[in-house]
Amino acid sequence: MMSDVPSSSAVTDDAELLARLRSGEDAAYEVLVRTYSGRLLAVTRRILRSEDDARETVHEAFIQAFRHLSQFEGQALVSTWLHRIAVNTALMKLRRRRRKPEEPIDPLLPKYQDDGHHVEHFTAWEEPVDQAVAHRETQATVRACIDQLPESYRTVLLLRDIEQVATAEAAGILGISENAVKMRLHRARQALRTLLDPHFRGGFQ
Amino acid sequence: MDYLTGELSPDVQEPFERHLSRCENCHTYLAQYRATVEAGRAAFADLDSEVPEDVPDDLIRAILASRK
Repeated sequence: MMSDVPSSSAVTDDAELLARLRSGEDAAYEVLVRTYSGRLLAVTRRILRSEDDARETVHEAFIQAFRHLSQFEGQALVSTWLHRIAVNTALMKLRRRRRKPEEPIDPLLPKYQDDGHHVEHFTAWEEPVDQAVAHRETQATVRACIDQLPESYRTVLLLRDIEQVATAEAAGILGISENAVKMRLHRARQALRTLLDPHFRGGFQ
Repeated sequence: MDYLTGELSPDVQEPFERHLSRCENCHTYLAQYRATVEAGRAAFADLDSEVPEDVPDDLIRAILASRK
């Protein structure tokens, strides 16, 4: 999604924008907000699934960014830096919002026999996935299945597979060990496979 | 998952691959696991390429007002 390797033109544009921001130029702030608010809103909508919370979080993320502008050293792209702030701010909101205990993931995980083999017999999916997900309806179905994952697993799957946050960074953001991130990601993918299976099994068309 | 990221040690990886080549059920499962990761990524790809233009103007104005 967002690369940490800035292209030379992006670096030049970023450096110029940063210089203007640091000199307090109003127009530069407007460029920053108008350029990136849409992308950040997409990220916070994904994580929070509430339009009001998503908008509020984008607002908070920009306040954080303005406050820490002097500490941003330009080693990453401005887009990557803002993306990280938005992800962090959204996760903090998610943590504050969480009230009820989440559903267990176990019923969605594969079961194993004593010899280590799966209990279930798997039927190959009919349509190649890369073709199936080219359709918008299929994409919506996959997103709906991701939404059914227990919250702590959905969050790790979003961070690692969708937002492309590295394992160590995800561990830092969530306050858990790297091994716990790996374990949760693996279980989240296993559970998502279970949820996708009835849809992909018969083919989407 | 360690197999997919190439993190298995050779003494575990080799028997694992030998088993996969003989066990259709495990082979199917692994293919679906890979496809699941791909499907997750693709499910959001279109949304990302279409940067939403529906950011409400009052939100943009409120953000800009916060730095004053």
